[in-house]
Amino acid sequence: MSHTRKNGATMQLTLGPVLFNWAPEAWRDFYFRIADEAPVDTVVIGEIVCSKRSPFIADHLPVVVDRLAAAGKQVTLASLILVSLPRERRQMAEMAAAEDAVIEINDLSCLASVANRPHAIGPFVNVYNEATAGFFARRGAVRMCLPPELPLTSVAAIAGALPDVVVEVFAFGKAPLAISARCYHARAHKLSKDSCQFVCDQDPDGMLVKTLDGQDFLAVNGVQTLSHGCVNLIGDIPGLAEAGVRALRLSPQHCDMVAVAEAFRDVLDGRREAAEAERALASLYPGTPFVNGFLHALPGAVHTPVRSAANRGH
Amino acid sequence: MELVCPAGTPAALRVAVEAGADAVYCGFNDETNARNFPGLNFNREELTAGIALAHRRGVKVLVAINTFPRAGAIDLWRRAVDDAVRAGADALILADVGLLDYARRTHPGQRLHVSVQAAAANADSIRFYVETFGVKRVVLPRVLSVPEIAAVTAESGCETEVFVFGGLCVMAEGRCSLSSYATGRSPNMQGACSPASHVNYREERGRMVSRLGEFTINSFAKDEPAAYPTLCKGRFETSQGVGYIFEDPTSLDAATMLPALKEAGVTALKIEGRQRGRAYIESVVQSFRQALTDLDAGLPIETARLAGLTEGQTTTVGAYRKTWR
Repeated sequence: MSHTRKNGATMQLTLGPVLFNWAPEAWRDFYFRIADEAPVDTVVIGEIVCSKRSPFIADHLPVVVDRLAAAGKQVTLASLILVSLPRERRQMAEMAAAEDAVIEINDLSCLASVANRPHAIGPFVNVYNEATAGFFARRGAVRMCLPPELPLTSVAAIAGALPDVVVEVFAFGKAPLAISARCYHARAHKLSKDSCQFVCDQDPDGMLVKTLDGQDFLAVNGVQTLSHGCVNLIGDIPGLAEAGVRALRLSPQHCDMVAVAEAFRDVLDGRREAAEAERALASLYPGTPFVNGFLHALPGAVHTPVRSAANRGH
Repeated sequence: MELVCPAGTPAALRVAVEAGADAVYCGFNDETNARNFPGLNFNREELTAGIALAHRRGVKVLVAINTFPRAGAIDLWRRAVDDAVRAGADALILADVGLLDYARRTHPGQRLHVSVQAAAANADSIRFYVETFGVKRVVLPRVLSVPEIAAVTAESGCETEVFVFGGLCVMAEGRCSLSSYATGRSPNMQGACSPASHVNYREERGRMVSRLGEFTINSFAKDEPAAYPTLCKGRFETSQGVGYIFEDPTSLDAATMLPALKEAGVTALKIEGRQRGRAYIESVVQSFRQALTDLDAGLPIETARLAGLTEGQTTTVGAYRKTWR
C-alpha cells in the first residue's frame, strides 16, 4: 500500500484542452479559475477540434497563457486533430513559430516543425506500442498522452520501455472517439459546414446521441464524436502507477473541474479513498455514467467499479 | 490510372486478376490487417502462390499490414512484414510508424505505401512519411475533396491512391474507436469494425431491431430492408430529431469523378471490399476496367452498371464533393 501511495504521490495531473465550443468569456474565466485554484501541474490549451472556432479564443489566449504560467502551471499549446485546409496548416505553422512554447502534436503534419526541440505527443496520434513510442521519443517527444482506447497491458508495455518519457493516460472526461471532415452538429441542424452558424455552441458538453430505444450513447461535438459515458480512472490509480504511468489527463467537461482535480489529487496523495472520491465525482458531474472499459480491454462503455480498500487484497 | 482491387481469398485474387486489375491487395489471416474477418485472407503458402499467379499475368500484389501492432506483441507484425517481403510482395501497405521504421531498416529495397489507416490528410504529413521512411505512395483518407486531392498530390510529389467504390468510412480512418466503445474490438487493434460476432437482430413489436454489443443501432419496419449495423450508419436520436446523424446506409461510388481524379494527378484507384465474394469482385473490377478504358478513349463513363452492387442501393461520392461535409 505504501509503495502504491508513494508512486501515486509522484504522479502529475494534466488538464487537457477544452474540446467544446464554449463562449469566449466563459472559456477565459474557466482558465482563470484553473490558474488560481486547480491542483494541476500542466495545462494543455488551444482549439484542437475545429479551426473555424479558433478565432473566438485567439483574443483571450495570450492573457490566459500568462495567468496560467504565473500560477506555476506548465503551459502546452495543442495542435489541431485533423489538419487538411491551407488555413489550418497556416495556423499550425504560426503556433510552432513561437520557439519557447511547448507544443503537443495531435497530427503528424506538425512533427517536422518541432523536430529539434522537446515536445509532447497528444492522444490523437496513434501510439499503440513501444516501438512507435520509442520512435517519437528519439525525435524529441518528452511526454506522451496515449490514445484512450489502449488497455492497461499496452500502457504498461509502453511506459516500461520508455522510463525517460512522461507517459500520460486519459483519466477523466468523455472519451474522444472519432474525427471527421463532416460536421455532425451542422448536419443535425440541417446546415452546411461552411455556413454552420456555430450551432455547436448550444451544447457546451456535447450533443447527446441516444439509441432508438432511449439509451444514452454518444456525444457530438461538431466534427468530433465522443462517448456519452465519462471516462473515470480514479479507481484504477494503483494499477496505473504500477504500470509506470506518470501523469493523468483530466479533460474539461461542463462541471466543476477544480473540484474534479482536487478529488484526483487527494486520491493520488492518499488523503481520500478512491471509492469515496468516485462518489464525490458522481455528484460533481451528475447524469453521466462513468466508464473505464478501454483500460480493462472491455468495450469502452463498460464500467468496472472501484474496489474498496477492504477487498483490494494486495 | 492503376486499378487496385481487393482480394479477400485466393479465389477472389484469381477473379480480380482475370477481370482486369492492375494490382490486387490482400492480407494475412490474422490481426495484422484491417479486414480481419473469419474465413478471409491468406496464409503464407496462399500468399506466395497468389503472388506467383498474379505476377505471371503482369499484375502486382500489395500486402496490407495495416493495423497498429499490439504493445508487447510487435513480433507478430514484424514477421508479417518479413514474410510478405519474402513472398515477393510488390509493396507493403503500412499504417504504424514503428512498423514503417522497422520495414525501412530491415528491408531497405522494399516498396512501401502508407495505408489509409494512417490518415495522412495533407502534404506535410505525407512529406513526413516520404522523408522518414522513403514511402512511394499514400492512400488518402476519405476526408478530402477532389481539388484538395489535386493540391496534396502536386505539393507532396508522392503518388496518391484514392478509394472509388465500396464501403465508406465517414470518420477519418485509423482515428476512430466507435466500434471499440461499443464492442471492445477496434479496426486499429483487431482489424474489425462493427464485427459480426457482436451483431444481433431481434423482433420487437413488429420491427426488426439491430444491435451492436449492448447498443441498438437501427430499427426497421417490416417492408424496410435491414442494413448491416455498422455503427456510423445507424439511426439515432438527438435534440434535433431522429435520423442517420452520421451517414445514411450508403456506399461510395466515385465512378462519375474519374475524369476529375485523373486531372487531379491521382496514380491509383482503389476498390474497397476484401470481405466480398467472387461475383461482386468480378462485376466491379470489370466495370471499372471498362470505365478506365472509356476514359482513356475520351468516351463518357457509363455508371449505371454498378448500381445493383451497392449497399442499400444508394451511393454517394462522399467527401470528394465539398458539400458532403
